Amino acid sequence: MGNEALSAQDETAPPVPYRAVQESPEFQRLRSKHRRFVFPVLAACLVWYLAYVLLAGYAHDFMSTPVFGSINVAILLGLAQVVTTFAVTTWYVSYANRQLDPIAEEIRDEIETGAAFTAEEVTR
Amino acid sequence: MFRFEAASTSPGEPWLNIAIFGAFVAITMIIVFRASRNNKTAADYYAAGRSFTGGQNGSAIAGDYLSAASFLGIVGAIAITGYDGFLYSIGFLVAWLVALLLVAELLRNTGKFTMADVLSFRLKQKPVRIAAATTTLVVCFFYLLAQMAGAGGLVSLLLGVGDQVGQALVITVVGALMILYVLIGGMKGTTWVQIIKAVLLIAGAGVMTVWVLALNGFSFSTLLDNAVAVAGNPEILNPGIKYGVSEVAKVDFLSLGLALVLGTAALPHVLMRFYTVPTAKEARKSVVWAIWLIGIFYVFTLVLGYGAAALVGADVIAAAPGGPNSAAPLLAFELGGPLLLGLISAIAFATILAVVAGLTITAAASFAHDIYASVVKKGKPEAGAEVKVARRTVVIIGVVAIIGGIGANGQNVAFLVALAFAVAASANLPTIVYSLFWKRFTTKGALWSMYGGLASAIILIIFSPVVSGSVTSMLKTEDIDFAIFPLSNPGIVSIPLAFFLGWLGTVLDKRREDPAKQSEMEVRSLTGVGAEKATEH
Repeated sequence: MGNEALSAQDETAPPVPYRAVQESPEFQRLRSKHRRFVFPVLAACLVWYLAYVLLAGYAHDFMSTPVFGSINVAILLGLAQVVTTFAVTTWYVSYANRQLDPIAEEIRDEIETGAAFTAEEVTR
Repeated sequence: MFRFEAASTSPGEPWLNIAIFGAFVAITMIIVFRASRNNKTAADYYAAGRSFTGGQNGSAIAGDYLSAASFLGIVGAIAITGYDGFLYSIGFLVAWLVALLLVAELLRNTGKFTMADVLSFRLKQKPVRIAAATTTLVVCFFYLLAQMAGAGGLVSLLLGVGDQVGQALVITVVGALMILYVLIGGMKGTTWVQIIKAVLLIAGAGVMTVWVLALNGFSFSTLLDNAVAVAGNPEILNPGIKYGVSEVAKVDFLSLGLALVLGTAALPHVLMRFYTVPTAKEARKSVVWAIWLIGIFYVFTLVLGYGAAALVGADVIAAAPGGPNSAAPLLAFELGGPLLLGLISAIAFATILAVVAGLTITAAASFAHDIYASVVKKGKPEAGAEVKVARRTVVIIGVVAIIGGIGANGQNVAFLVALAFAVAASANLPTIVYSLFWKRFTTKGALWSMYGGLASAIILIIFSPVVSGSVTSMLKTEDIDFAIFPLSNPGIVSIPLAFFLGWLGTVLDKRREDPAKQSEMEVRSLTGVGAEKATEH
């Protein structure tokens, strides 16, 4: 039955040697750059969010401390969550544009023009 | 119940509200007709020909995501329970980082129309597709019920339709309109409705926010002081009014927080939106747009919630028809009289309509593409048959939603939505994450995780205080009490359980998946090789 998405490729194009691409150093570099960014950053964001949730639940007095006029720690920390979400979003986009997209594009071009990952590499 | 006295106490002019809403329907209908001219293939119908830009899709995502629960529910929750209402906003927003960092681009690169495309990519097609389609349909159904139930409550306030029959009629009209949009417009029409609604909603909320701040000398602190003075309770600025009452409530809050933050990246109707753009880069851009729009909107809700508390007052809101859900409309009435109330009401209706349309097309696509085309017809449906089945499914889902909505009329909208988030996070997220990032993951792990997560979430909800045991529960009586699970949100148990089951099923599975498929999926997900292209017309 296979995945239907496969049929979307040009029928006449030679099959892409995915295994060889996956094992190539360029792809490994892309994969590790992607994972080394998203896993730690996401983990940090989730820890920061859970810390906020736990503070709201269990540190009532701390969260109720007024800072500016009637604006208290709870409201500032809530807004800080919004700010960090915006900041991480911007950071990831600039990282992806600079560090991930060029490598991904290069690999895609090589596969589509058949320049690299030749049969030799596959059988090796 | 409030709904019986609604007709006499509705503020504003019902006919004005209906006229403004009618104008919205007329304008969007024209746009849907124009947009639907090119709906020929399945890619057109489900994924709008993958022709939307990141900005357009991001606005549509915001339109899809900022449901009645976000607008009416959160403003009302802040107005009545103070800070605890804002905690929802934060969870709903931070959740987008999971979608941005882990899911959006990789999903766009590997799938075609539905979540099941990605989950079944390198596993056994038939069982995984059936499981993924099942969880999709269940999550969409819960979410649909929430929106339709919200429509009923809203009607009592805004149109002055007080009696049960009248509300049922309005729910039927909303459902019929939604069926029409989706049948004619497909994903393209649905997307345009969502974009228009997002712009109106955010602009409307923005105007009201500036207005509220202007009345308080552009000082948020003064606004908070006024809210405290009207409420006569300084605690509304602090967390804990709703979730600080007991140790169980605190754990319940943690559970809710977990479900909110992990649910978004597993909501099928959100995931499907990533297929409407031409590339993974546009998928990334759409999430960025969505995060900005949604984040700004949630900051508005903070001002609007305390604004409603200061200008309208929690007592008035709680006594109004529609209860807490009426906070935002009542604030609009207080600020701009019947005209602003009419506009905000029409926007709230548009919100329900657009979200319901998005859910319906997702459920229909999942049934037609995953069950009919891929399993029943073994991936080889006759030309045009898949879209035909999808259209028929739209009608069936629409009718089910109308009946369910009439039945669920009066239920708490925010609770039903949070429930859909918990079910999505338990049933879908572990399998999405494992299949994208864990090489060794197998079919058995996927099935254990999806069915285990789905079943545990639903069973825990059935035995929770939200279904039985009190007058505020679904059964509305203290006499029937089988609430043996103390938390109202199952997330803290069912989500880790689903992750564990996915791991356990995999390590116990003697079968190995095809390594070539794993190579292909990983290469495609990160590089975009062989990804579905935009259709040309």
